[in-house]
Amino acid sequence: MDINEFIVNFANQFDETDPDEIKADTKFHDLAEWSSLTGMGVIAMAKTIYGKTISGREIRECITVEDLFNLVAGK
Amino acid sequence: MAFIKAISYYLPERILTNEELVAEFPEWSVEKVAQKVGVEARHLAADNETAGDLAEKAARRLFDENGISPKTIDFVLLCTQSPDYFLPSTACLLQDRLGIPTSAGAFDYNLGCSGCVYGMALAKGLITAGIAKNVLLLTAETYNKYLHPADKSNRAIFGDGAAACLISTEGMAEIGNFSLGTDGRGADNLIVKTGASRQKAPTGLHTEDDEGHVWHDDYLYMNGGNIFNFTLDTVPSMIVDILEKNALALDQIDYFVFHQANKYMLDTIRKLCVLPRDKFYVNLSGTGNTVSSTVLIGIKDCLDRHVIQQGYKVMISGFGVGLSWGGTILNF
Repeated sequence: MDINEFIVNFANQFDETDPDEIKADTKFHDLAEWSSLTGMGVIAMAKTIYGKTISGREIRECITVEDLFNLVAGK
Repeated sequence: MAFIKAISYYLPERILTNEELVAEFPEWSVEKVAQKVGVEARHLAADNETAGDLAEKAARRLFDENGISPKTIDFVLLCTQSPDYFLPSTACLLQDRLGIPTSAGAFDYNLGCSGCVYGMALAKGLITAGIAKNVLLLTAETYNKYLHPADKSNRAIFGDGAAACLISTEGMAEIGNFSLGTDGRGADNLIVKTGASRQKAPTGLHTEDDEGHVWHDDYLYMNGGNIFNFTLDTVPSMIVDILEKNALALDQIDYFVFHQANKYMLDTIRKLCVLPRDKFYVNLSGTGNTVSSTVLIGIKDCLDRHVIQQGYKVMISGFGVGLSWGGTILNF
């Protein structure tokens, strides 16, 4: 798994947030557009693109986009 | 053999628009709800209107629209998780209110989003065993009565409504073989904890779930992430099982009418299972997720718009609370 590709896929879950704003160390829970719906998008992304199952609780425990990448990569 | 002969549905008069919802939750936008959840408006049962009342109206519409006499009905199945009473079965009350003969069997069964498919399985069993000839399958739900006023996510998704379907020894669509499944380990993921025998009195308690959402004991709770994952785990293998049980290949399916959970989930299922967009039904903008009625409402909508035509093989499926899932093929 490539983290840069992951960041692009993650940024695609947002409609209004500038993709350039999202980096490996971005604290994604603090993004204005982040919501439970975006969380669903990340669950769907993990499943459809990476074939991995992650839970809402696990997403909640992640702080940065890199944490999220490590979560999915480690599954 | 068992066939679907006719379908009708009823939605209660009160309509809750996204504009009204957003007025209560200003952090949301009308466009966002419509775009993500796929719902622009949903119908709500009145305070004094029950699932039984909605089911009665759907059944009367079925009789009126299709020239069906209630005297011909010899079995009533009502799928609901919001019955009028703990006892008796609401289906028994409906037998009387609809003028169905006292020689008819009638009972409720408690399922949610998989309920329509299970009703067809039950009705097919009754018909092929020679127990009944004309089964009135009713699906009716008033989930909005279970929702906490501050639960914006579920209030955006769920609409109240009822559907009625006549299943008979002949008709417009033969009901195929079934794939059914249950996993009670996931019961807590979609639940109303209080009011029944396990905890009769309301507790007034609430906790924070593992996603950070408030879980009120006395209202409907859904763990969105877990239900989403359950669906993405279950539906692809169910599709394969339905195809195998009906000796069909995926490209022989002319149309797919799945439970209309929400647009986002349907879009994800479609992409995950590589189902063709033009054969995959997504339409809950005016109804919301009506739980056990979405599949019947969807089929009726497709028939009215001639999207489903004679000769079509249509895959239907439902999945949700229980956890419970099921699907079959309808041969039009």
